[in-house]
Amino acid sequence: MNYELRCRECGKTWGNQPRSICDDCFSPLEVQYDYAAIQITREQIAQRAPNMWRYAELLPLPADFHAKLPVGFTPLLSATQLGERIGAGRLCIKNDAVCLPTLSFKDRVVAVALAQARSFGLDTVACSSTGNLANAVAAQAAREGFKSWIFIPADLEPAKVLGTQVFGAQLVRIAGSYDQVNRLCSQIADERQWGFVNVNLRPYYAEGSKTVGYEIAEQLGWRLPDNIVCPMAGGSLITKIKKAFDELVKLGLVEEKKVRFFGAQATGCSPISTAVKTGAAEITPQKPSTIARSLAIGNPADGHYAIKAITATGGWSEDVSDGEIVDAIQLLAETEGIFTETAGGVTIGVTRKLYEQGRISPNEVTVACITGNGLKTTDALRGAYETPEPIPAKIVEFENFWQRTLSEHPEIQEPVEA
Amino acid sequence: MTIRVDIPTALRRHTGGTGRFECAAANLNELFSALDEKFPELKPHLRDEKGEVRRFLNVYVNEEDIRFLGGQGYAFQDGDEVLLVPSIAGGAA
Repeated sequence: MNYELRCRECGKTWGNQPRSICDDCFSPLEVQYDYAAIQITREQIAQRAPNMWRYAELLPLPADFHAKLPVGFTPLLSATQLGERIGAGRLCIKNDAVCLPTLSFKDRVVAVALAQARSFGLDTVACSSTGNLANAVAAQAAREGFKSWIFIPADLEPAKVLGTQVFGAQLVRIAGSYDQVNRLCSQIADERQWGFVNVNLRPYYAEGSKTVGYEIAEQLGWRLPDNIVCPMAGGSLITKIKKAFDELVKLGLVEEKKVRFFGAQATGCSPISTAVKTGAAEITPQKPSTIARSLAIGNPADGHYAIKAITATGGWSEDVSDGEIVDAIQLLAETEGIFTETAGGVTIGVTRKLYEQGRISPNEVTVACITGNGLKTTDALRGAYETPEPIPAKIVEFENFWQRTLSEHPEIQEPVEA
Repeated sequence: MTIRVDIPTALRRHTGGTGRFECAAANLNELFSALDEKFPELKPHLRDEKGEVRRFLNVYVNEEDIRFLGGQGYAFQDGDEVLLVPSIAGGAA
């Protein structure tokens, strides 16, 4: 094995085990690698199947691991039309709204966590979740033959609740916020031999997020972008994309480049962006109130490290209101044909703000990370569109409908005959 | 006045297995002093070289994060149930 757990603060190593905290100083553990032992070339990677396992050497996977699910390798799209609307010349969208199997980037982290759960001999996996992680754990546990226990705040979107139960998971709804759910799961993980993907398996789980970064670099032709705009809930993803870029440089797979990291939050839950804006090194916890429930973490686990990743790279963090989130969901859908969830609305809304503020220049290569699918949060758009009255299936009725529509919306013009 | 303190499994290695204790601490500072005194082996794990309580330890009072109750300024009430929970990754005591 060319990896093991190491304390991020005191440096003590812990081998490989289901554990996320250093017993000596209670600081978080992270997977560290023996990079000198990693031999991988662009050509070798290019010959592999288009999924996240093409970067297996850079992930903490057991020696006997055989990938069953083609997770990841989602499209990186040039967002020309969105760019025209918000003044961005070279904007790309990393589209994890279509990550398989459950349509969010959480499929990546769960895939790595379950590989380790298997190697540690655990038969039950669990998580605290704001929804997307619940879906990913439930689905992959079903396929991999684990029992699953999923802990969620009671007010989650119905689609995310259904999208957990359908896989046969045991659902526990907590009358409280995600932060309370998370604290309870820490206590349960203390007592039971379960693999909580984001508690005792967290160091392995978090490494799965790096594949977003590897893919962005490979899809840009093995180059790093100038800027990353990333949504922040617990704050892990932004730090792991940075780690991925640093590793690619270290291994000689891309040229060194200074990438600035920008974090996106909802104003109703903005502990990290508030800290960045006020120059604080630590977050002050908040009680979330936002439609972006997948980002509603008031006490972000990796907040401290996310602040560091942003400030150390010369980036910034912004936040947007619920109204701006809905506008941004619609803007991305209308311009690029991508229907993202509320978290994606946060990312696009903040991206627009960063161009407006001049913090990102139009000619820089900027990648905005879309992490979830709009079909899971349709309630955010309730009332946004009128459902047209049905008309009889007669050509004359359609002609009438057409005339009515034209009079109400004069901007719709009869196409000019060639 | 008495408050009850729950010690998580991860810390019990340094408390001789004790998972619960009672004290009369009036605030967070006094609570950590009481812990220092009662479990001297725990002290270097709870505090860094400068004597500051470590960043990744969260304190809850009756299930509420103490930072929402005023943090260092919160005055413990008789019967308060206090939970020490190492933060999964970040957090600040």
